[in-house]
Amino acid sequence: MSLAELICPAGTPAALRTAVDAGADAVYCGFQDATNARNFPGLNFTPDELAEAVTYAHARGTKVLLALNTYPPAGKVDLWRHAADTGARLGVDAFIVADMGVADYIARTYPGIRLHLSVQAAASSPEATRYYCENFGVKRVVLPRILTIPEIRQLRREIPCEIETFIFGNHGLMVEGRCSLTNYLTGQSTNMDGVCSPASDVEYVRDADGSMSSQLAGFTIDRFGVDEKAGYPTICKGRYAAPHRPEGYYAFEEPISLNLSRLLPELIEAGVHAFKIEGRQRSKSYVRGVVRAFRAAVDDIKAGREANIADLIALTEGQKQTQGAFETKKWR
Amino acid sequence: MIPTSEPTARLRPGEGAIARLACLVLQPVLTRVVRRVATRHPSLFARLGPHQATDFLIDPVELPFALHLRPDPQALVFRAVPRDTAPQAGATIRGRFLLLLELIDAEQDGDAAFFSRDLEVSGDTEAVVRLRNALDDMDGSLAEEASAMFGAPGRAVLARLRRAYPDATKPQEYA
Repeated sequence: MSLAELICPAGTPAALRTAVDAGADAVYCGFQDATNARNFPGLNFTPDELAEAVTYAHARGTKVLLALNTYPPAGKVDLWRHAADTGARLGVDAFIVADMGVADYIARTYPGIRLHLSVQAAASSPEATRYYCENFGVKRVVLPRILTIPEIRQLRREIPCEIETFIFGNHGLMVEGRCSLTNYLTGQSTNMDGVCSPASDVEYVRDADGSMSSQLAGFTIDRFGVDEKAGYPTICKGRYAAPHRPEGYYAFEEPISLNLSRLLPELIEAGVHAFKIEGRQRSKSYVRGVVRAFRAAVDDIKAGREANIADLIALTEGQKQTQGAFETKKWR
Repeated sequence: MIPTSEPTARLRPGEGAIARLACLVLQPVLTRVVRRVATRHPSLFARLGPHQATDFLIDPVELPFALHLRPDPQALVFRAVPRDTAPQAGATIRGRFLLLLELIDAEQDGDAAFFSRDLEVSGDTEAVVRLRNALDDMDGSLAEEASAMFGAPGRAVLARLRRAYPDATKPQEYA
């Protein structure tokens, strides 16, 4: 049965408390290092901060999930094992993992702690998901954002674990865990260093006419006119000129956010166990607004009422939103 | 959208004299505020990491001056500066005054303000990200803390400021 748990982001202790107070069923977070996919400057938790966060969350009935969802470079697993040891000692409720070696270490060392399979593992088929369940005891899979609701419903029948889907936030349809675009330009790896478009390589340049260029490692990713909304400076959201489109176009993906608020009832009916809100890099204001909105919507649906979701367009990338592949495979 | 396309250093007519006077009047207030914040929120310096030594220029576009911040706990700098004498900044953050204030207080989301083009950043993006994350991890309202330092008049000024600005980028709850 779907419990429709709300899984909410926290990039700082204050954001975690905000998420808990706003009605999160669980909060996911990471350490200040390469063990998680939001290894951004000034973000994330020290072990002491995580200890306090776990205490705060548990006292209010909220779970804490620790993201260890990057891939250790070959032979350099100590950082990930140490992070798992610390998380276990501090009493986290689950680890979110992508790498099989990390999953294997946790499954053997801490068999009593739940393993969730990160979207970074890109497991979208019954065969892939069952492999992780059977070999590492994975209890939940976070699905890549490429499946329709009928496909999710079918998948649910064929796998022995819970399903978690994204419902709001950054919408990148690159194959998670295998995207090397940032690495290509900056030398840093999204998948192993936890940085997509590292801030140290990002520059915004304001032109005299009021337009703005976003650059990554010296390459222009996009140029926004005076009245255009902006997006993240990621290569997959860049606008490029090509021989067949000399005016420039979004070759991979456009600045836009996922918002599945209208599809919540169908997703619950399809057997989705948990809903993930993206955005550990976002502010407390974002966390408060989005978590409150989805808390109210989920509670309404559970109570048999029609959900009246808040308008979250102001918080979306480029101030645009989509239901992506969840609605139709025709998306992009 | 930021209402002017003027570069930071360009003076508007009559701005020079007003800016210098405003800076003189404001400086004791800013010094008091920043010292209090540093005392009450020491953890924010850890999130700044190497950018404690970075010079930030915070540019409220409709005010006649900018704010220079160097968040070095050993030698804090927070001062109002006329735009024509502003120091070379490692990072510049530009937007309407109340938006900047609300970003500090986590009443607004920085990414959303950036997407809507109400907020501009230039220079060292990592420094800006670290400052944003450090401020976002503070509990409570800096604006209210600062205004409370000056009693009822301070709170009245803050309330008046908040009433004077439209609130365009917050989510509309249950619209």
